Parts: sequence; structure tokens; C-alpha cells
Amino acid sequence: MSDQLPDIVVCPEGPILVRGDHLVQDEAGSVHRTTRPVSAVCRCGKSGIAPWCDGTHKLGPKRRKRAR
Amino acid sequence: MLVPKARGGLSARVFAELRSGVLEPSLCSAEPDSDADAHLVLWTLYEQHYRGFEDVDPRLEWHPTLIGLRGALEEWFTDLLVGRYRPPARTDPFAESFFAYVEDHDGPSVATFVQREADREQVLELLRVRSLYQLHEADPTTWAIPRLPVRPQVALMALQFDEYGSGSPHRQHAHLFARGMDACHLDPAYGAYVDDAPAEALAQNNAMSMFGLHRRWRGAAVGHLAAFEAVSSLPSRQMAQGLRRLGMPEEIAAYYLEHVEADAVHEQLAVRDICQPLVEQEPDLTEDVFLGAFTCLDLEARTARTLLGGWAA
Repeated sequence: MSDQLPDIVVCPEGPILVRGDHLVQDEAGSVHRTTRPVSAVCRCGKSGIAPWCDGTHKLGPKRRKRAR
Repeated sequence: MLVPKARGGLSARVFAELRSGVLEPSLCSAEPDSDADAHLVLWTLYEQHYRGFEDVDPRLEWHPTLIGLRGALEEWFTDLLVGRYRPPARTDPFAESFFAYVEDHDGPSVATFVQREADREQVLELLRVRSLYQLHEADPTTWAIPRLPVRPQVALMALQFDEYGSGSPHRQHAHLFARGMDACHLDPAYGAYVDDAPAEALAQNNAMSMFGLHRRWRGAAVGHLAAFEAVSSLPSRQMAQGLRRLGMPEEIAAYYLEHVEADAVHEQLAVRDICQPLVEQEPDLTEDVFLGAFTCLDLEARTARTLLGGWAA
């Protein structure tokens, strides 16, 4: 196990986690500064608070393969 | 804060002895009249480890009689929680299994009711009940920090730093809730509404304190946290929509809107960076992580049923 954590983490069926202080440009070209130790950038395109994730990806049709 | 109003024989006796400072050793084996009586006593004993009471000598925090009584009540509460627990169908791969476990847990939603139908008085009652936790939001999880290995500890510190405002008082979550309460003309003083909290809400607070204060429950503490965060973002948006529908102050909507954004991060951190590395390093804690998650969801469902039942919703 590496001691180094990645700065950018793509979460399966979730957002992209961004660690540290960054400027994020949204689809409209506006630039937003991160304000948290870790921020979640929307990846599904449905967030109401883009560029940040608001959990909306969970409301989509079930893509998860369920093993029961 | 003053010691709350008693809700039965045990709480009446404990509160009288707390105020007098004279604790009879027989208190350790005294029995509660009801679950409400038991949970209120447990809540009060835990509260001594947070902010305490103006009418109780702070030196009683670790009094052996009170710790003995707390232990007896915790044994009862633990048996109750373990007895209710329903394990997941699978725990591997961890993150996928955990999110599925949380998503599959059915329970009534107070947030959906607030979004669509609640009136102003019902929302104010909800805020009073929630204030018991939300005015010291994140505190119970802080107890778990020194009990974790390095990877989950570092991630929990990042999450807690955000809960505590990332260095800015005006962003601290408990403080945001206090400002929201004040704007709604509710008393933002810590613990002001404990007498209004149903036993189910006391139980929610007690579970978090018990998991946090016992090293052996560190897995349940972070599992509870992860489930709490995983069911927060979308309901927080519903809460904000309901508050705006009712024309309630923007300060209280702002508290919930902050949680839409923050908890979309925190759920990922809690599941992938706290719980997952913990169970990889200490696989024996996997069951406890899920027990913590179940307890979070189950106790919230019980509180929701009580509140919605009271509103005949």
C-alpha cells in the first residue's frame, strides 16, 4: 500500500474526488475555486449545483449489478 | 444547559443525585421504568462528556457509580441494537456492497414530507428534535479518531475538518444550524430542546455516543458515519425545498444546502477512504461497520415513524 493518496479519484458510479485547492472550470466556462479539503466534481451531468456533485447520480436508472 | 426533566423513576433519581452530588452506590443497579426513562438517563450521562450541565459538578464526569450505571444501560442498549441488526447479503467488494446495503434499507422519509406537505409548526418541531444532534454535529465521531489506523484516520480528519468549518467559524455545521434556528426564532442554545425530543431521537444520539466512546465500537462508529452521510445529500435538498416552499428563513435553508454539497463528498470519503481501508486492515471489524450503518438507518426510521405518526402523515 502506497503512503501517497491520489489527488484525483474517479468514484465508480459517482463523482470525481479532488483533493486540495484547485480551480475547476464548468461546462459554461465559469471557474469555481474548491473550498473543502476534498471536493466532489459532478460526473453524471445532472447535478443542480454543477460543477459540484449533489448526489443526483443516485436517482438514475439502476445500473448496478446486484449479486444476491 | 440544565439537567433535563425526568421521564420516569430512574431519571428522577439520577437527576436528583446528580444535582446534589451525593451518589448512592445502589444507583448502579437501579432499573428504568421505560425505554424513554432509560434513554434520557443514558443521554444525560453521555452529555457529561460533551458540554455538561450548569447544575452538575463537572468532577462527576468519571464518577464510578455513574460509569457503572452507564455500563448497565449500555449493555441493555447494545443487546437491543444487536438483536435488531440485519446483516448484508454480501460485503465484498466493500464500497459497492455498502452503498447497496444503504440503498436497500427501506424507511419513511421525513425530508420527503417536509418537501411536499409539512406545515410551519411541524417543521419547527422537527428542527427542535434535530437540534439535539445538529448543535453538536460531528462531535460523537470525533471520539473515534485516535482509535483508527493511519489511512482511515487521515481521511476522517479531512472529513471532520470540513464538518467543523474548514477553519472558518461561519462554515462550521453546528454553527450554521444554530444560526438557522435563531433566524426561525428558536432557541439556538445547546441542548435547549432536550425535553421536547422523543425517546427515539434520544436513542439516535445515544447510539452515536456509545459507538464513539467505546474503542471496541470504532467499526460501528465509522459505519454509522458512512450511512449517515450516504443518506444526507438528496434529503438535504428536499429539506431546503420544503423550507423555501414555506417561506422560512434562508439561514436554515442554507444549512441544508451546505449538506447537499458537503455530504456528496463525505459519503464517498466515509465509504471509500475511511470504512474500506479500515476493514481491509482489520477485517474482523467488517460486521461492526455494517451494524453501525444498520443502526443509523433503523433508528432514523423509528424517529421518522414517531414524528410522521404524530403529524398523522
